[in-house]
Amino acid sequence: MQDSKFDYLLRLGDASLVLGQRLSEWCGKGPALEEDIALTNVALDLIGQARMWLSYAGEAEGKGRTEDQLAYLRDAHQFRNPLLVEQPNGSYADTLARQFLFDTWHYYLLCELQGSSDARIGAIALKSLKEVTYHARRSADLVVRLGDGTAESHRRMQQAIDDLWQYTGELFDAATVDPALVASGVACDPVSLREPWLRHVTEVLEEATLAVPADGWMQRGGHEGRHTEHLGFLLAEMQFLQRAYPGASW
Amino acid sequence: MQAPVRTHRLAHPHAITDKVWQWLDDIPDPEIPVISVIDLGIIRAVDWAGATCIVTVTPTYSGCPAMPQISEQIHDALAAHGLDVEVRTQLAPAWTTDWMTERGKARLAGYGIAPPAQKVIDISGITRRRAAPAPEVACPHCGSLHTRVASQFGSTACKALYRCDDCHEPFDYFKAH
Repeated sequence: MQDSKFDYLLRLGDASLVLGQRLSEWCGKGPALEEDIALTNVALDLIGQARMWLSYAGEAEGKGRTEDQLAYLRDAHQFRNPLLVEQPNGSYADTLARQFLFDTWHYYLLCELQGSSDARIGAIALKSLKEVTYHARRSADLVVRLGDGTAESHRRMQQAIDDLWQYTGELFDAATVDPALVASGVACDPVSLREPWLRHVTEVLEEATLAVPADGWMQRGGHEGRHTEHLGFLLAEMQFLQRAYPGASW
Repeated sequence: MQAPVRTHRLAHPHAITDKVWQWLDDIPDPEIPVISVIDLGIIRAVDWAGATCIVTVTPTYSGCPAMPQISEQIHDALAAHGLDVEVRTQLAPAWTTDWMTERGKARLAGYGIAPPAQKVIDISGITRRRAAPAPEVACPHCGSLHTRVASQFGSTACKALYRCDDCHEPFDYFKAH
């Protein structure tokens, strides 16, 4: 139970950390100043949330590992994030499609977790939920703006949604969470998030004049540490300092 | 001056709790120096554990880089008054802009930042069809209500970017949270 809780907290923390790192790559390169600022603000929120989850993960594990050790000293196969968040930034449509699919899932997940039987998980979830509500509203707005925009922005947004759809299945995979954690009310049943997620995603895509992709083969493996090749490159950059200069501090 | 303060505190540990709150009110927010940490509504409690003053702080945004600095400032300011200080962080209940003081909101407006125009952010749904109308935000420069949001994310985690359609000035809006 303790091990599976550690694993669950890693999954929550890694999802936020890896996406926060990805979004940080846009810093100084956003297509407009407002977009640059918005993406880096979202990145900051996500990294702050990752710190809360990973600190708790380290305590749950009970081996004295800190949030920093968990973030900087694990290799790719030890990360538990869903594959969706490690996908490259691509074009702005790719970044926003990834964000929209993630934010919607994140929002409904945190809604459930704020009532966790584990008080600390509940507290972190509620704190994060206030921030993620802003994220989810923004990414839906932009999907509508680009989907229902020019022919080119529509084409790119549809392509991005189609390309990323294969990474959404694992978000709702029952096998990713220990049933005992769900039964005790600590974790949320991932399957239960599928219905509200799909309802909102469908509503927004329709407003954006975009088609909801048909469900096909779904990629999975993030929760077991089987990642796409992209994660290793992301970690190489994020972890460089601690790998090259072990123990370096400000 | 350290010794007399200590003696006084040890004799009457609670007698200076009021003073601690006053001292905290002299500590500015590092990003928005016109308001104090009291105005911001992040100080949840001042308690004592023996001779140690325990200040409980709740974070505003989870990634806000000002939070560690605020904790340090609190520690240093109270230590300068001769106290043994421990700053604790408390997540629940989550911070809300409802805890900001009226004085703080007035100071924000005077500084050119529109204060939160609504109560806590509505986290009950993200559907676009039933979205509540955006609250009216008064321009801190000319007072006009003809303003619109340029971006929900601004120069710091706690602010949105707005623009006034009357005086055409951009301004920061302190988001409801």
